[in-house]
Amino acid sequence: MKARTLWIILALAVLVIATLSSALYTVSETEQVVITQFGEPMGQAITQAGLHVKIPFAQEANVFDKRWLEWNGNPNQIPTRDKKYIWVETYARWRIADPLRFFQRLHDERGAQSRLDDIIDGETRNVIANNNLIEVVRVSNRAFERAEEIEDVMEAEAMRQVEQGRDKITRLILERASHVMPDYGIELVDIQLQRINYIESVQAKVFDRMISERKRIADRHRSEGQGKSAEVRGKKERELKVIESEAYRKTQEIMGKADAEAAGIYAEAYNRNRELYRFLRTMETYKTTIDKDSWLVLSTSADLFRYLESPGTGGPAPKAR
Amino acid sequence: MPTRGVDFGPEDFFRMARETRERLRGSRRTLLTIGVAIVVLVALVSSYYQVEPDEVALVTRFGRYIRTTNPGPHIKIPFGIERVQKVPVQRQLKQEFGFRTARADIQSSFHKDQQTKDESLMLTGDLNVATVEWIVQYKISDPYKYLFRLRDVEDTFRLMAEASMRTVVGDHSVTELLTVGREAIAAKAKELLSNMCKLYDNGISVQQLVLQDVDPPESVKPSFNEVNQAIQERERAINEAWAEYNQEIPRARGLAEQKIEAAEGYAVDRVNRGKGDAQRFDALEEQYRKAPEVTRSRIYLETMSAVLPNAGKKLILDEKTKGILPMFPFGSDKEVKQ
Repeated sequence: MKARTLWIILALAVLVIATLSSALYTVSETEQVVITQFGEPMGQAITQAGLHVKIPFAQEANVFDKRWLEWNGNPNQIPTRDKKYIWVETYARWRIADPLRFFQRLHDERGAQSRLDDIIDGETRNVIANNNLIEVVRVSNRAFERAEEIEDVMEAEAMRQVEQGRDKITRLILERASHVMPDYGIELVDIQLQRINYIESVQAKVFDRMISERKRIADRHRSEGQGKSAEVRGKKERELKVIESEAYRKTQEIMGKADAEAAGIYAEAYNRNRELYRFLRTMETYKTTIDKDSWLVLSTSADLFRYLESPGTGGPAPKAR
Repeated sequence: MPTRGVDFGPEDFFRMARETRERLRGSRRTLLTIGVAIVVLVALVSSYYQVEPDEVALVTRFGRYIRTTNPGPHIKIPFGIERVQKVPVQRQLKQEFGFRTARADIQSSFHKDQQTKDESLMLTGDLNVATVEWIVQYKISDPYKYLFRLRDVEDTFRLMAEASMRTVVGDHSVTELLTVGREAIAAKAKELLSNMCKLYDNGISVQQLVLQDVDPPESVKPSFNEVNQAIQERERAINEAWAEYNQEIPRARGLAEQKIEAAEGYAVDRVNRGKGDAQRFDALEEQYRKAPEVTRSRIYLETMSAVLPNAGKKLILDEKTKGILPMFPFGSDKEVKQ
């Protein structure tokens, strides 16, 4: 009798605990919940975090994440429009915007991941295959610094004008992939081209091209050095000539002026007595022209030898003949 | 002890309970006390938590965010009703790309493998390839967003950093990346990453983005070095030419100056001599005018006495012996004049 009462109490206690734990459930800040009653969804999703109540046993709480969720793509080999083969690695972030629909269409995240694989990979492939490589790599048409160094060695593909650019292309992929997402209760929040690289065989060729590019740049630097140094030497030669000829001109001018001045002075002085000047100059000339090798043939009639043969009379000196 | 099967009825349960109770009857009260004490202790322990100086703690009650607490000791409702998540908001956090610090010490050692190689390899705007290593320093500026906005916030942050760095590098030439553009690229990548953080609303604020080693691919390196060498050769050639220039031009200027000075000297000399000669001539002329004949004879004779001894051979002929040798016009003033 007593045991039976206890048995009933125990059973009731178990029942109460089971009921409570089925009626109460918590929703964390990162979760949202869809309530189903015998499998049938009941009303809108519960996104408010905290303690909630549902009808025990009949209703079930299906928990979904509320946060931005990851989708990391595998590297895909895609040819661009200009037939460059590249590895493209994308990542996307998405969230469950409509948990009810998400639950109905995809059931869980695993289902969503495989759907995202199909859609994002496909759209990435479409968009990239429709664009040249340069569109995927560059953002804008900004001019490179020191572009003069490379412009004539750069590959033609790299010189092309960018029409779309990386930003627009990622936005395009996002746009196109987003089209079908509302149907899955998913919102795609962002897609980014995480990595783009050449496939191995192309990369080897690119390395070869880079080597030849650099060789040409190096050659140009060298010849530029030779050219510039020749220019400096030429400048030097020119300036030397200028300096020397200027100096010559100045010296000649100075000396000429001095000569002219001196000539003026001489002329002025000598003009006062030309005859005396001529006489004196002649005397000077004798001094300098007659030397050991000169023969002098003199006549006794010369004034100098006037007294050689007779001492004369002491009268006035005779006129020279 | 029968633990399974239909033999185990309520009677068995109560029998076990009775037996246990009887066994423990003497210490029943003590047991109860111990039990209560344990419960209280657990409650106390699980309601205490401590927040370190560089952290804050976010408290959730039944999963719902209630409050943020600052460093120090704190109390929460125990038994899992309130839970605590600690976030290091003061700490400067760092992510490395293209390498990993294996051991940070006075001399740190770094580690690289295929994964880090893939992180660092990227295309430049002139469709070349380079390897870029960089670090990002960041802080958690909003712990609520950091915890609740994204599921894999740190991994996502790495992807964001890679995407923004590649976007920026993709708009620069390999020459810029390796030389003049480093700082601009780091600044732009930081800006882009900060904007992305705002867009993702992930509660992270980027403090710094620093480029580490930036290199051309291994097999291309020698030719990049060759370019550097060629640049140095160019500079050297130009410098040498300028050195010659700087040596020779001042020397030439000096020489020119010297010549001009010499010419000036010549000019002064010439004019002074001219003046001197003129003065001397004037003086002589003045005296000459007073006594022309005497002066003339004197000068003539003086000259002769100076000149004649120097002549090698002297032939003095009589006036009458005409026809042997022609007469020299010598000694006659009039003849000199004509």
